Amino acid sequence: MHPNFDLSDCYTIQGKLALPYTYFAGSVGSIFLTTLRDRRKIMGIKCHTCGKVFVPPRQTCERCLEDIRDQWVELGDTGTLENFTVVRYADRHLPRRPPFVLGLIRLDGADTPLLHLVAGVVVDRVAEGLRVRAVFAAQPENTILGIDHFQPL
Amino acid sequence: MGYRKKNRHVGIVGIGTTKFSSHREEVNQPEMIHEAVRQALDDAGLAIDDIDCVLHGNMELFEMVHQPDLWHTLGSGALGRDALRLTTGGTTGGTLVGAADNLVASGMYDTVMAIGFEKLQEGHTTGGITNMADPLWARKLQSGALTDQAACKLIAEFGEERARRAAMTYRIIMDQHACKNPNSHRAFGLSWDQIDDLMKTSPPLIGDLRLIHMCSQSDGACAIIFAAEKKAKDITNWPVWIRDHITVHREETLNLCNNYYPTATTHRFAAAQLYARNGIADPLAYFDVFEMYDPSAWWGVDWLRDFFLLEGDAHLRLVEERQIAIDGRMPINPSGGVLAANPIGATAMVRVAEAAKQIRGNAGPHQIPKPVRHALASSFGGTMWTVLFMLEKELNWQGV
Ligand SMILES: [Zn+2]
Repeated sequence: MHPNFDLSDCYTIQGKLALPYTYFAGSVGSIFLTTLRDRRKIMGIKCHTCGKVFVPPRQTCERCLEDIRDQWVELGDTGTLENFTVVRYADRHLPRRPPFVLGLIRLDGADTPLLHLVAGVVVDRVAEGLRVRAVFAAQPENTILGIDHFQPL
Repeated sequence: MGYRKKNRHVGIVGIGTTKFSSHREEVNQPEMIHEAVRQALDDAGLAIDDIDCVLHGNMELFEMVHQPDLWHTLGSGALGRDALRLTTGGTTGGTLVGAADNLVASGMYDTVMAIGFEKLQEGHTTGGITNMADPLWARKLQSGALTDQAACKLIAEFGEERARRAAMTYRIIMDQHACKNPNSHRAFGLSWDQIDDLMKTSPPLIGDLRLIHMCSQSDGACAIIFAAEKKAKDITNWPVWIRDHITVHREETLNLCNNYYPTATTHRFAAAQLYARNGIADPLAYFDVFEMYDPSAWWGVDWLRDFFLLEGDAHLRLVEERQIAIDGRMPINPSGGVLAANPIGATAMVRVAEAAKQIRGNAGPHQIPKPVRHALASSFGGTMWTVLFMLEKELNWQGV
């Protein structure tokens, strides 16, 4: 540092950028959301070429690069916790107060994991392989939080 | 110059472009991209396993998604393949094509698919562009993507009436082209008897730039497949050859410390270099069509002089005599150009795609009514970037 520079004259520029966005869920994502909201059912899509069942659903199988948008399958609301972590810090963007569990849940009949909250269990007792069931939101909304959380069977 | 000739020729063998629109509610980002990818693969008669490398690009953060290439794998076909993301602002689509050209010409890959996209309806374009300005010197003062620079320049040189009429003439010709192109986002059906009215009543934006002069914010994607000569000839009966491309940029332009007044001299510099090393003495006579990245009508008029290395008012006369119309001496943007649609990360690639389709002769309703053998396509980016391409129907050009 310059020996004669007075740090009290070292300015910072305060700025703020708004980051508004809209995300178009698309027809496939919208069918998933409305079925969750109106029928409380979790829908997946099956690729008939490789046989994989995707939850969340998608328009193309990225392995086979085929259009699978019409190949809906209805899944139950039970699954297995494949992996998880415990969020132990608080911040405004987080969906719950800490500590809470974020889990990857493979629904029975699905081949892909669904990211969601796991609640109704002591956080330090959560383990891979835990059998869980979806608890649907009391006030349905058009997001993945139409499922409120998963809890142990 | 560090220019070296290519190791091998590179052909365009597959082209896919979505419909451009202000809204694409029925598809999410990877789904929209997939429309262009599927169309390009079908156009080439290829399967995704025939592609060695996938390039992906758009404007940084314009949809507020960081590293979109990762989750766009669902639609891009990049799974299990070499892949690369490139982003250079407005030139992104051109940079993707230039990179594909280099990657194939070098021998690194035999087939490369490049994908440019934008879904501007989902994000905040002005927010994204504002990020480009220096936080200390310019961010609190700058005017986003809008600039009066070309209008000032043309009015100073040619007077208000002539310059304004030329810009609006250019605008109406582009709209007439856009009306022929089924992929257009904006096609108004403007007529010549509206010209005086539009010059007075279109909402002013900045200086002499009015709303009607400016491009839109569009949603859409473009995919192009490139192959090395031997493979290109196996794949298709109508490969379009990339004879040469050049990239010129002046990244210091927005850094005011360098005291440069921001003029887009990169266009003229790029054109002069490209023509010299390819032995093109008279570009206006040589090229059959030019797809220009023209974000506003003012820029479109001004840049004609740069790209064709013209002097005096020769560029204005091209516009005034309507020689730039689809049936004119030098058709500019038979697609309607950027004024018809601006899905930014795809836009520069669409210029190449449209120029290539003109050479193939299957552009559709906006096909030029004369044979097209030599095409020019340009890209433009906010920090004064130029990428310029020469496309050829025949592999018969002579080196210099
Ligand atoms: Zn599959």
